[in-house]
Amino acid sequence: MSLLFEPTPDGAGRYLDWIVSGLGWTLSLALGAWTIALVVGTLIGVARTLPKGILPRLGRVYVETFRNIPLLVQMFFWYFVLPELLPVRIGMAIKQMDPPWGSFVPALICLGLFTAARIAEQVRAGLQALPRGQTDAAFALGFARAGMYRLILLPQAFRIILPTLTNEFMTIFKNTSVALTIGLVELTATAREINENTFRTFEAFGVVTIVYLVIALLAWQIMHRIEQAAQLPSLASGKSRP
Amino acid sequence: MIEIDNISKSYGSFQVLKNCSASIARGEVVVICGPSGSGKSTLIKTVNGLEGIDAGEISVGGFRLAPGVSNVAALRRSVGMVFQSFELFPHLTVLSNVTIAQTKVLKRSKAAAEEKARSLLARVGLSAHIAKHPAQLSGGQQQRVAIARALALDPEVMLFDEPTSALDPEMVNEVLDVMTGLARQGMTMVCVTHEMGFARSVANRVLFMDGGEIVETAEATKFFDDPRTDRAKAFLAKILKH
Amino acid sequence: MMVDLSAIVSAGPYLMQGLWFTLQITLVGVAGGIVFGSLLAVARLSHNRLVAMLATAYVNLMRSIPLILVIFWVFFLVPWAIGWLTRSGRPVAVGASLTIFVTFVLFEAAYYAEIVRAGFRSISPGQYSACDALGLSKFHAYIYILFPQAIRAVLPILLTQTIVLFQDTSLVYVISATDLLGAATKIAQRDGRLVEMYLTVGVIYFLICYAASQLVKQLQRRLAFGVR
Repeated sequence: MSLLFEPTPDGAGRYLDWIVSGLGWTLSLALGAWTIALVVGTLIGVARTLPKGILPRLGRVYVETFRNIPLLVQMFFWYFVLPELLPVRIGMAIKQMDPPWGSFVPALICLGLFTAARIAEQVRAGLQALPRGQTDAAFALGFARAGMYRLILLPQAFRIILPTLTNEFMTIFKNTSVALTIGLVELTATAREINENTFRTFEAFGVVTIVYLVIALLAWQIMHRIEQAAQLPSLASGKSRP
Repeated sequence: MIEIDNISKSYGSFQVLKNCSASIARGEVVVICGPSGSGKSTLIKTVNGLEGIDAGEISVGGFRLAPGVSNVAALRRSVGMVFQSFELFPHLTVLSNVTIAQTKVLKRSKAAAEEKARSLLARVGLSAHIAKHPAQLSGGQQQRVAIARALALDPEVMLFDEPTSALDPEMVNEVLDVMTGLARQGMTMVCVTHEMGFARSVANRVLFMDGGEIVETAEATKFFDDPRTDRAKAFLAKILKH
Repeated sequence: MMVDLSAIVSAGPYLMQGLWFTLQITLVGVAGGIVFGSLLAVARLSHNRLVAMLATAYVNLMRSIPLILVIFWVFFLVPWAIGWLTRSGRPVAVGASLTIFVTFVLFEAAYYAEIVRAGFRSISPGQYSACDALGLSKFHAYIYILFPQAIRAVLPILLTQTIVLFQDTSLVYVISATDLLGAATKIAQRDGRLVEMYLTVGVIYFLICYAASQLVKQLQRRLAFGVR
C-alpha cells in the first residue's frame, strides 16, 4: 500500500489526498441524502397510512415511480434531462453550476428521493404492524391525527423497523458510487483515477475496497448502538429508564 | 346525560346495530351484556365517536353525534375509555402515559399534569411503578394505569369495553375494585362486561343486547333475578351455570 | 422544450437489442446467482468451520461494497487472472459479455445467499431430523426435501431481488456495455437526443418493473392462502 504515499502527477500532494477527497464526497453525499430520505420518507410513509383523501394515492404514485426505475437512470434524469425540461433560464443556471456542485446537487437530490421511497415503504410497514388499539386509545384520549402520529405511532414504528433501516443506511453508502457517472469524484471514481494514473490496479482498488468495508462496519456499529439505546425495558430485564 | 336515539350501523351488508335506543342519567352505572357478536363493543364505541353511525343520533352532555359528524375532538375530552387490551403506550413510562394527553390535548402545564397523574396513580394503587414501562407491569396493573390515564382528562363519562376479559382471574378483582370505587364516587359509567357479580352489586341498570338490538333493559337486580325475555333467560342460564 | 417522438421510434430496434442484452444478464445473473448463492447458504451451515467462515466472509464482503466497484474489479482483473492461470504472463483479452456475466453471478450470489439462508432458517428443525431418521444422504436431503421448502418460503423475496438485479444491470454503463441504458446513451450521444432517450428508457424500465412487482404481489397473496 505504499501507493498511497507517493506523489501525484500534478505534484499537488499524494494519492492519499485523493482518497481522502473521494471519501469526503462519498460521506457527504450519503449523509446528506440519508437526511433527505428520512424526512421525505417518513412523510410519505405516514401519508400512505391515512384513511382517506388524495395523499395516500399520491404516496403510492411516488413510491412506485421511484422504486421501479434504476437509480442510474434516475441520476441521468436529474443531471441531463431536468435542466432541459425546465424553463430556459433556470435550466441554464443549473447547467452553469461549478463542477463539483453541478454533480453533487443532482446526485444529492436523486439519491435522497430514491432512498426516501424505500424508507417510506418501511415506515408504512412499521405503522401497519401496530395494533389498531393504539390508534383507538390515542383517539379516545382526544389526540388529533398529527399528534397521534408524532407522539404515539411513529416512535413505536421506528423501533420496529430499525433492522431494515440499518440495512438501508448501509445501502446508501454503496449507492453513492452511482454518482461517478455524472462526474462526482467520490471513492470509486477515485480508485479508477488512481488506476488510470499508475496502472497499479490491485492496490488502487484494494485500498478503496478496504475503505468501503470500514464504512460498512462503522455504519452497522452506529445503527446497532441506536438499536440498543432504543430498546424498551421489559418484564425480563426488570430495569427502568430514568 | 347520554341519549342514544334509534341508532343503526352496518358493515357492508351486515347490520351490527339495529335501532338501538337508551338513556343514561348522570351518575348512573349501566352494564351492557349479551352473547358475543351482539354488537355491545360497537355500541359503546359509537358513544365516543370511535365508530360512526349510519342512522339515528346520540347526544352526550350537550354534544350531538349524527351520521357524518366527524369533528369529535371536544367530545373525547369529556368521555374516557378503557379498552380490553389496555392499549397503554409501550414506549412511554407509566407516568408519561397518564400525563401525555393532559399536556398535549388539554394543554395543561407539565407540573399540573404530573401532580394529577401522581394522585390518580396513587388512587389506583400504583405509586411505586411510576417510572416503569408497561411491559414491566402485570395485566391488572396495566389496566389500572389505563383507567388512571382516562381519568386524568376529568371526563364526565367513563366507558369500559370488556376491561377484565383479557386478565388472568387473580387480577380481575383489583380492576373491579377500582371501578367500584369510581362508581361510588358518582361517575357516570357504561360498562360492557361479563362480570355478573360486578353488574349485580354496582350497576344501576343492565342493557341486554343480542343480534344488534337492545332486547331488554331493567334494573340490575331485577334483571338477574327475573329476566323477562326468553333470550335474556337463555343467556343468563348459560353463563350462570359456572 | 419539445420532445421528438420520431427519434424514439427510429431508435427502437437498437434499444431492443440493448434490452435483449439486459435480459440476458438478468437471466444469467438469476440462474447463476441462485445456484452459487444456495451453495454459499449451505456452506454457511456446514460443520466445517473453515468452509462456513469463508462463505460468510465472501457474503459479507460482497454485500458491503458497491456493485460498480465489483464491476471494475472483474473488468480490470479477469484478463490478468486468466493470463496467470494459463501461465501466459500477460493479460488475456476477454469478451465484455463474459466479464459482465461473471460479475453479476458473483455479486448477486451474495444477496441470494442471504435470502436462501433465511429460507432455510424458516424450516422447522424437525425436518432435518426426519431426513436423518430416514437415512437420506445430506445431498438428497437438501435437493429433495430442504431446498424446495426453503425456496417456497422465500419465493416472493427471491423474485423481488430478481427485479432489483434487472435494475442493477444498468450499471454496466460504466464499462460502456450496450445494455438498454447503454444503447440509449449511445444513440443520445450520436444524435444529441438525450431527453427523448433517457425518458424512453425510464418508461421502459418502469413498465417492466412495475408489471413484474405486481405479479409478485399476486403470487404473495396466493401463497399466503395456501399456508396452513
